[in-house]
Amino acid sequence: MKAKVYITLKRGLLDAQGKTIKGALESLGFQNLHAVRMGKYIEIEMDRRSERSAKQDVERMCQKLLANPVVETYHIEFCRL
Amino acid sequence: MKFGVVVFPGSNCDQDCVYVLKDVLHRPVITLWHEQTTLQGCDAVVLPGGFSYGDYLRTGAIARFSPIMRAVRAFAQDGGLVIGICNGFQILLESGLLPGAMLRNTALRFICRFVTLRVERTDSPFTNRFQEGQVIRLPIAHNEGRYSIDAKALQTNRGQVLFRYCDADGNLFDAANLNGSMDCIAGIMNKAGNVLGMMPHPERASEAILGSTDGRLVFESMIEAFSHV
Repeated sequence: MKAKVYITLKRGLLDAQGKTIKGALESLGFQNLHAVRMGKYIEIEMDRRSERSAKQDVERMCQKLLANPVVETYHIEFCRL
Repeated sequence: MKFGVVVFPGSNCDQDCVYVLKDVLHRPVITLWHEQTTLQGCDAVVLPGGFSYGDYLRTGAIARFSPIMRAVRAFAQDGGLVIGICNGFQILLESGLLPGAMLRNTALRFICRFVTLRVERTDSPFTNRFQEGQVIRLPIAHNEGRYSIDAKALQTNRGQVLFRYCDADGNLFDAANLNGSMDCIAGIMNKAGNVLGMMPHPERASEAILGSTDGRLVFESMIEAFSHV
């Protein structure tokens, strides 16, 4: 199975890259944008097993290494390979 | 007083630190490869600048799991003097030895230049050779130097700030705060006062020929503090 981990800066922190991208999109004529957030996307291919045990592992990976809880939040999804 | 300079894969300011401590300040210094598990009797530890593990994932995020960091953590918790400079500061933040985290500079550019800093406290082992409120000049060289911390934690840790970005007269200005750090924070220590992280490079400003000798006082302060232990 494959875990997909999305990491973004916490709300309230200035996302300088997201803000710059939003400005660029607007200068290209894309209007009515409320916000653009830039983050990281990590794919983890792992043994096929219950989603529950995989989720526990990936949660721990996020807490230990993949995200910095001081400034980032994460979101995990799973799909079958 | 024996200094240990930790070398991670990707460190690149380690020899500058060794040079200042050994050739300018005439103290014994050894380098500690990150795979080592002991500090070999060092009395103070320097985590130098650079790009440990290529800054992959986040600055300092992987270096914090190096074997030597277990020894550094135990040493710090035991009251030992630890200074992290630039990437070393980022590693201390990631390892939780200091509060806060680093984000990319607001301008999204690598900034490499001299800056002016205000010394906020002189009753620390890292600043006892300075005057309170003294404006000093040190170079910065980083892409991820925007110090960030949540408002509540900032409130409880504010007293531990040793250096703030300022203008030439010591005023705190957004324009002087080049990387966009919260509260203009350039250097902060832990609650116990024995671990300091700072983005500016004192080792690059320890001889007149390099444009400033202010950085030397950071190391001399550590030597002074240790002589009273």
